[in-house]
Amino acid sequence: MNYRRRATFLLLFLISLIPDSLRAQVSPERLLHSDDEPENWLTYSGSYASQRYSSLHQVDAANVKNLELKWVFQAQSLQKFETTPLVVDGIMYLTQPPNDVVALDARTGRAFWVYHYAPSPAARPCCGIVNRGVAILGDSLFMATVDAHLVAIDAKNGHALWNVQLAEAAAGYAMTLAPLVVKDRVIVGVAGGEFGVRGFIAAYEAGTGRQAWRFDTIPKPDDPGHDSWRGGDWEHGSAAVWLTGSYDPDLNLTYWGTGNPGPDWNPDQRPGDNLYSDSVLALDADTGKLKWYFQFTPHDPYDYDSVQIPVLVNANWSGSPRRLMLWGNRNGFFYVLDRVTGKFLAGRPFVKVNWTSGLNADGRPIPSPQPPGAPTYPGIQGGTNWYSPSYSPRTGLFYVSTWEEYATIFTGVNADYKEGLRYTGGANTSPIPGAENPAGARQGPVNTYTEALGRGAVVALDPETGKKKWKFDMHDVNTSGILTTASDLLFVGGREGYFQALDARTGALLWKENLGGEIVAGPMTYQVGGQQYIAIASGNSLFTFAPRE
Amino acid sequence: MELLNLSSRGLLQRAVVCTVLALCGPAPHAQDRAPQYFPADIEYGAQIFTSQCTSCHGVTGDLVPGVNFRAGQFKRAVSDNDLRLTITNGVAGTAMQPFAFGSSELTGVVAYLRNMNSFDARGLTVGDAARGQAVFEGAGNCSSCHRVNGKGPRVAPDLGDIGAIRTADLLQRTLLDPTGSMLPVNRPVRAVTRDGKVIIGRRLNEDTYTVQLIDEQEHLVSLTKTDLSEYTVLKTSSMPSYKDKLSAQELADLEAYLLSLKGVK
Repeated sequence: MNYRRRATFLLLFLISLIPDSLRAQVSPERLLHSDDEPENWLTYSGSYASQRYSSLHQVDAANVKNLELKWVFQAQSLQKFETTPLVVDGIMYLTQPPNDVVALDARTGRAFWVYHYAPSPAARPCCGIVNRGVAILGDSLFMATVDAHLVAIDAKNGHALWNVQLAEAAAGYAMTLAPLVVKDRVIVGVAGGEFGVRGFIAAYEAGTGRQAWRFDTIPKPDDPGHDSWRGGDWEHGSAAVWLTGSYDPDLNLTYWGTGNPGPDWNPDQRPGDNLYSDSVLALDADTGKLKWYFQFTPHDPYDYDSVQIPVLVNANWSGSPRRLMLWGNRNGFFYVLDRVTGKFLAGRPFVKVNWTSGLNADGRPIPSPQPPGAPTYPGIQGGTNWYSPSYSPRTGLFYVSTWEEYATIFTGVNADYKEGLRYTGGANTSPIPGAENPAGARQGPVNTYTEALGRGAVVALDPETGKKKWKFDMHDVNTSGILTTASDLLFVGGREGYFQALDARTGALLWKENLGGEIVAGPMTYQVGGQQYIAIASGNSLFTFAPRE
Repeated sequence: MELLNLSSRGLLQRAVVCTVLALCGPAPHAQDRAPQYFPADIEYGAQIFTSQCTSCHGVTGDLVPGVNFRAGQFKRAVSDNDLRLTITNGVAGTAMQPFAFGSSELTGVVAYLRNMNSFDARGLTVGDAARGQAVFEGAGNCSSCHRVNGKGPRVAPDLGDIGAIRTADLLQRTLLDPTGSMLPVNRPVRAVTRDGKVIIGRRLNEDTYTVQLIDEQEHLVSLTKTDLSEYTVLKTSSMPSYKDKLSAQELADLEAYLLSLKGVK
């Protein structure tokens, strides 16, 4: 036996001594190399690059029509069901509103345990008592709660390990996002952009919950960028963070989007660019220090939160390999940035836009505010919003859910800040001129949301040109995340309750199922027992499909 | 509908019993249902009362005008549930503050209030939680199976919040008679797959077609019953009775420790 063979034998022997329970733990290395285990879904967006792409390919264009329902999990809640489950070695972990965590057998949907967290009655998230999922490290799960706590939970038995309060729920702070684990820390951001909070992103030690670093998304006096605020406006300037960021391990940078400045719709109350609202922040993952930022919508009057998922792609740009960041923004533009430096490379509208006449060479929009009473495109919910986009390295296309021909008439009104009360400063209406406002829209199974207000679509964009390769139109607006797979399938839901599989190269509809409930979550996929499954939350249930055996 | 009728009948019978008792002896406290108070709960309640309530109500429970616990005299509370609400919410405009007691503490305090007139604290063996932790980790050997605050194996139920979800009486009964007190869902199971693999663990969930358990290697395992050649639910707990293993003081200490485990807040 030569030295190398003996060393290999010794290594295998030592590995055999590691208890199974330890081997099954989700190490930082597993998170780094999640692409090597496509049978699992280890982070909210599927990987640190947040492409929501899976290299699984068992379900393909030929057999997708044979997808059948395998099991359903019914949430014990009537709140919107926005969770993306994790799957680790056959165990699924998901959240049900407000802040329960459930461990299920991913093959049958039967539960192992339920962790129940009762948020403070003082919690007041702006737009629904929702949660989008957990993060995992080792044998611990991490959940951010609507009353602004971060809780660690034993993944084996559902018992809480620690619970730290990050901010005051009564002041409007909340958390709805799935945390991001980087190395041995858990990174989260706080929501509350409609309550005049001061946003922040912070990292906590996974073992103890001790805060490791914190980055305030609004610079305080004497910090760079503070001069983008007037007087004390910054104290209630919002710039909340309510979607999960991404991570580039080679650069050790973690990227997070920030929300609107406060008050949302009355920019006259807060002159200046209002940094770092509506921006992407590149933070050193070890220290939380700001490396660079790019502000998409300076001095935003439209609530164009830039919290969307930062999609990281290594691809050729103008003939040279480059580390890119792709961003389908709520303001209606698709951006390409250099994620090493934050340099603006390109930006093109993917929906109708009239709030700006275009972007300058640095990507800064040239404002074109509409006259009073005239519609602004896109409207208040944006060209897209928080629904996860997807990028397929096979097709080289970026996929995003959109709201088309959708506008709002914005009217700013003065807002007084009072802790815990809404601080939005607007009296807005959403119909385009001449359209009737469909009061009571979507109350029950009859859909009264019509083309008069806009419609939804899935759009496939070529990152290099920003041009649409194809568009899949929907009657109602689209609130679903997107999943792509190595078999060139694209899965997407929508408000109408349909769950659809499209050809990722052409946009052709290959399969659909009516799940009967609004889909406001992102699809994911995993494999267990040799079978690929696709899961999506709809209405108040999680539906899981696999090909008929 | 049938269940409703049976339930209603049961309530009626209990109401009749209460009425008879009222006629035969001292006036009982009006109750939503026939109360049962266990010695361990009364003892636990006595300890809480002594540390939390006596500064206002006095050791004998009659310092507040119009209130005399021993005599069953309350200003507002009629039922046990009223007492729990009064303790939890306090009484606005009075010195009676809200108390953030858990379920086991409320059960104990109410049990003590209802039995102050007959309970003899002189024979009470007062437990000490710190000493109880030493018993848990030492003489009791509890930590070889149970997990607390992220430490210990997961083969047996995690006890990190047991003091918040079990009453003193239930804990005492479990320590003395583990099999008789074992929750059915926690029963040990033994399964043999059709290819001969033996799986032993603690049941977490079960239905007609599947069973979910945590096995001896702490894996979460879900089994389909048609894949099994053998499946047995054991009704005997592997936990020993501490009736003759620990002294009365050690048991009291251990119970005090378990009651102190309230979980992560």
